[in-house]
Amino acid sequence: MTGAAEAPLLEARDLSKHYRVGRQVLRAVDGVSLAVRAGETLGLVGESGCGKSTLGRCLLRLAEPSGGTVAFEGTDITRMSERALRRMRPRMQMVFQDSYAALNPRRRIGDLVAEPLRVHPGPDGRRGRDGIAARLAELVRLVGLPETALQRYPHEFSGGQRQRINIARALALSPALVVADEPVSALDVSIQAQIVNLFMDLQARLGLTYVFIAHDLSVVRQIATRVAVMYLGAVVELGGADAVLHAPAHPYTAALISAVPEPVVGAASRRTLLTGDVPSPIAPPPGCRFHTRCPVVQARCRTEPPVLRDVGGGQQAACHFPLG
Amino acid sequence: MGSEAPLLEVRDLTIALPAGRGGWTRIVEGVSFSIGAGEILGLVGESGSGKSMTALALMGLIDAPGARITGSARYRGQELIGLDRRRMRALRGAEIAMIFQDPMTAMTPVHTIGWQIDEQIRAHRRLSRAGARARTVQLLSEMGVPDPERAAGRYPHQLSGGLRQRAMIAMALSCDPSLLIADEPTTALDVTVQAQILDLLRRLRRDHGSAVLLITHDMGVVAETCDRTMVLYAGTVAERGPTAALFARPAHPYTAGLLDSIPPLRGARPARLPQIAGAPPNPAERPDGCPFQPRCAFGHDACGVRPALVACGAPGDGQAVACVLPSEGRPLPARLA
Ligand SMILES: Nc1ncnc2c1ncn2[C@@H]1O[C@H](COP(=O)(O)OP(=O)(O)OP(=O)(O)O)[C@@H](O)[C@H]1O
Ligand SMILES: Nc1ncnc2c1ncn2[C@@H]1O[C@H](COP(=O)(O)OP(=O)(O)O)[C@@H](O)[C@H]1O
Ligand SMILES: [Mg+2]
Ligand SMILES: [Mg+2]
Repeated sequence: MTGAAEAPLLEARDLSKHYRVGRQVLRAVDGVSLAVRAGETLGLVGESGCGKSTLGRCLLRLAEPSGGTVAFEGTDITRMSERALRRMRPRMQMVFQDSYAALNPRRRIGDLVAEPLRVHPGPDGRRGRDGIAARLAELVRLVGLPETALQRYPHEFSGGQRQRINIARALALSPALVVADEPVSALDVSIQAQIVNLFMDLQARLGLTYVFIAHDLSVVRQIATRVAVMYLGAVVELGGADAVLHAPAHPYTAALISAVPEPVVGAASRRTLLTGDVPSPIAPPPGCRFHTRCPVVQARCRTEPPVLRDVGGGQQAACHFPLG
Repeated sequence: MGSEAPLLEVRDLTIALPAGRGGWTRIVEGVSFSIGAGEILGLVGESGSGKSMTALALMGLIDAPGARITGSARYRGQELIGLDRRRMRALRGAEIAMIFQDPMTAMTPVHTIGWQIDEQIRAHRRLSRAGARARTVQLLSEMGVPDPERAAGRYPHQLSGGLRQRAMIAMALSCDPSLLIADEPTTALDVTVQAQILDLLRRLRRDHGSAVLLITHDMGVVAETCDRTMVLYAGTVAERGPTAALFARPAHPYTAGLLDSIPPLRGARPARLPQIAGAPPNPAERPDGCPFQPRCAFGHDACGVRPALVACGAPGDGQAVACVLPSEGRPLPARLA
């Protein structure tokens, strides 16, 4: 690969998003730095409330970050004017978990998928009626639905089919980057496999780059090339999917993996149970934010916050005592 | 277990809802199973397969207007289907308890969780307020709730999802039920908290000898928790048997397909996930024959008739499947673990 090809498509530096809650500050995202290369899939995992969705929205500037920068194709989008941002929008799209909430129930699928095409003129000016019709037909085929779907309404589809429609809509403007926030979490496994396969097929065909948010580690392992593990607003481990999931360096990653119920009888015996719940992001613990639940905590962890650093194997972990 | 009568014996449970013009839609059809004392039975199936309806029917809690419930469910010999409300209520709470995915369906937001558990205890036992509270605190502590005295004084919304779930389990266990029906008790929880709750259910069986009917759609949860497993598809039993046998040698193409479609956490990563085509049929549009046939890679003429549940697998271990393949002498190959 040449130097230019290695420049990341998306790069976040020290990104944070703080919410005011009464008189206190909730640090939903707290100093996240990461890069996503063109054509790869970055899996974003962690327990609920750790900031995955907030980070996903900040990466596309669908939420206004409180600090830090996001560069998309080399341009800082956090400082961009609304107008310039609007021109950038077609290149970065989002898919959500709740396939129904994202679709206006009173409009036909054809209208819903055409909406982005009408709002954003194509690269060669406005598409005519025929141009839009042709693109719609192409899009529904791309996501594995019959063309007749265009005449129907959202409630006439199952959850998996609605998610296909949402994907078609996200792809309408040929984006480079898709941030998918738990797109298969609400689906039954047999349907989940169909949608995961669809995401992977589309990536191979269209050269898409994904940020794929999920709490299911086995789904993330299937689709992601790299994985970022979040805990209380921060990335605690980052690296190649196989490295992170097979040889985790952070005790939190290890505990998360060991808690996954595997469909293998007798697998539960090698488990290290984490105790307690995730602390509040309003008052995160001092020192290492994981120290209150860490099975290998030491004195230093209670006072000194670890920074994300290289631990070998292309992996980074924010831990004073990374696992060997 | 062998010769003893099971704790709960369900025969041919069928739940139908009025479908207009005098017609009926069968939501659950001819479901039969049993649970022995101290046994954990997993009930798995996709959304809409009838898991919750089955559980609610056993508890006399189906509130859909005009619902027609037929078949039999005997708990220690006593028929539950059609049991009058008063006697059902006495049984519920004392002998059979139920927990739900959303703890708020079992709790009220206006009282502290301690008050609610106290009341539940006092409804079934003669205890002073102080005596009930002592038992409440003990239960919360057994459920792994940190600082149980203080937790008892809090309102449900002041607790995290995991703590609320524990409080609901404590409430359900307050009267030492012999049978706990748990409907997706961990589906809304993170895996780390789920692992704690599943550990709790296993301890419950070990320390109190309670039987558990565990409803889930997660094959991983079943694998690590249940002695036996029953797979529902479109309101019917597709397959049931000892969990280890079912996972090693699934006899129903649907069971095998479900297991295959789960991305593995270890080992080789498949280029594509094996997937089951299509989606389950709506209750009103289920085919007359095998309900899985439209999605099945092995479908053929014989599947036009609804297959009966027949014994399969190792003789005497109780595995049974509603599929014609084994009796046609071409069972599915064993899965590579
Ligand atoms: N009150 C009702 N009126 C009409 N249909 C109902 C009613 N309650 C349930 N159903 C239907 O009965 C079928 C079985 O529902 P049930 O809630 O038992 O499914 P489940 O297996 O528990 O699914 P899930 O995994 O989503 O909880 C579904 O098709 C559902 O739509
Ligand atoms: N609009 C908001 N106002 C206040 N707090 C918020 C808001 N959105 C999210 N949060 C909080 O930020 C934290 C991270 O949330 P989220 O990004 O949704 O996590 P995840 O997607 O990982 O479950 C949580 O504590 C959540 O309650
Ligand atoms: Mg989220
Ligand atoms: Mg249910």
